[in-house]
Amino acid sequence: MNARSRFINWGAAVLVLALPFATHALLGQGWVRILDFALLYVLLALGLNIVVGYAGLLDLGYVAFFAVGAYCYALFASPQFDLHWPLWVLLPMGALLAACFGVLLGTPTLGLRGDYLAIVTLGFGEIIRIFLNNLNAPVNITNGPQGVSLIDPLHVGPWFLEKTYHVGGIEIPLVINIYFLFLVAVGLAIRLSQRLEGSRIGRAWAAIREDELAAASMGLNTRNLKLLAFAMGATFGGVSGGLFAGFQGFVSPESFTLQESVMILCMVVLGGMGNIAGVVLGAVLLSVLPEALRGLGGLQEFLFGKVWVDPSNLRLLVFGIALVLMMLLRPEGLLPARARQREFHESQ
Amino acid sequence: MSRSEVSQGGALLKAVGVGKRFGGLRALHDVSLVLGEGTITGLIGPNGAGKTTFFNVLTGIYKPDAGTVHFSGEPLPVGRPHAVATRGIARTFQNIRLFSNMTVLENVMVGRHVRTHAGVLGAVFKTAATCREEAAIAASARGLLDYVGIAGQAQRIAGTLSYGDQRRLEIARALATEPKLLALDEPAAGMNATERTQLADLVRRVRDDGTAILLIEHDVKWVARLCDRITVLDYGERIAEGSPQEVLAHPKVIEAYLGRGAA
Repeated sequence: MNARSRFINWGAAVLVLALPFATHALLGQGWVRILDFALLYVLLALGLNIVVGYAGLLDLGYVAFFAVGAYCYALFASPQFDLHWPLWVLLPMGALLAACFGVLLGTPTLGLRGDYLAIVTLGFGEIIRIFLNNLNAPVNITNGPQGVSLIDPLHVGPWFLEKTYHVGGIEIPLVINIYFLFLVAVGLAIRLSQRLEGSRIGRAWAAIREDELAAASMGLNTRNLKLLAFAMGATFGGVSGGLFAGFQGFVSPESFTLQESVMILCMVVLGGMGNIAGVVLGAVLLSVLPEALRGLGGLQEFLFGKVWVDPSNLRLLVFGIALVLMMLLRPEGLLPARARQREFHESQ
Repeated sequence: MSRSEVSQGGALLKAVGVGKRFGGLRALHDVSLVLGEGTITGLIGPNGAGKTTFFNVLTGIYKPDAGTVHFSGEPLPVGRPHAVATRGIARTFQNIRLFSNMTVLENVMVGRHVRTHAGVLGAVFKTAATCREEAAIAASARGLLDYVGIAGQAQRIAGTLSYGDQRRLEIARALATEPKLLALDEPAAGMNATERTQLADLVRRVRDDGTAILLIEHDVKWVARLCDRITVLDYGERIAEGSPQEVLAHPKVIEAYLGRGAA
């Protein structure tokens, strides 16, 4: 590593560590919360990237794993069953449970590719949501559409993250505590993705993505490798679901709609499928941009003296246009993976 | 890598009465083929004779409707390409099927997958055993690139190689699975005379190092010079089998290639 890239790495590290404090001081608590959610989306996008980016399996129901993780945390750490299990049990449990669901989704889709796979995964996502919606009778498990509330707040050992801590005169409120917890999770997820990508397994996934028949003829057990990709991707979703439930204190089926799945897929595609930096960038941009566009009202007032269009309508319009332009101008994503870039430039 | 410990002689592959239909089309009918260890066997025939279909049955891509295939004395798994490769049959494709956006070296490293073991946990925790195995994979992949004569291209993207080098890379990737039988589907297609000669040398070298070869080819002269035995298919049926001289003098073969009356 040369001096310049080391400098850039240190700069990035300082920026990431200082960001919540600066945001808190300048923009307030709400914006730090947006950053927290951005980190959760990064985690989700990294997970989906394993399925879509590495193994090349189009998954439109990814939010199902997020839901599994969230409900796993919610049911075992809330008054719903009066269970209050700790985080370090529930996160791995959520990850494992999500992985099982990943295999469950993967098994019937093994022979499918492309559009057909997308349709089945879409259905799977909806099935999970509808199950959660209806599992309140005859035995009440999920509390149906009302969702589970009063979920135990996230705490790591003796540190209760909902408290405000003071370290050397600096105030560290809940949202910043959460930011750092999520940051650790994202850091681990990035590390995990890197190691998987460069491993024997990652290479096998890439081979399946490139040419499944040739891969099978070289002795790759495509069935097991695809299931592994679904399971690994799902674990990330399960962990982020648990963090989401503990952070929100409330989960309901409404949070796990198809739109969420599509949004996560957009993050992966827009950022650059298969490339970790791209996926992180895509997730941060797409989760922060819609919030930032709320500022369109202020901008109109500044430019025209009055608000012409309701910003809450306008922001989704602008957001949509931004996505369309993005895909037209840079179809391979903002920071594409080496292999993807070639695919696009080959055809041109 | 040494692959010379395989003994010479004895039947490595024994296909008996293989049949395959696609709807109304009889692609293969009662095709039998015996292939000895340490031999080069040619599979020839006019276009549409069923050569590639037979390859696809052999390598588990198609399930045969009739017949049995034994490999090293045991029945070959049916319809499971990866299991066939694990048992020791590796193949190349008529229309080259490389992982064209991966590097040349990575292509061969994928071929090593079936003989290596590192799993998810090894990858995630980067254990010493995983690192050692990964280094060994890369080393043997480089060795194979050297073996087929494209070591200098290791870091190039597979899809950017010249046609002849892509064919060589496909062979290197297949050899990486440590096959007992290497099945080549028209390996010389599109090659010029010099490349064909080089390819023939490579095929002989692979055979001499202990891997039996089964190859499909159109160029009858080239096949006759290279192969120990030749099987001829026409309209999905075996019409001749024997040494190159016997087969090429066979009236049915001359008829199939040149038309009725030529014999």
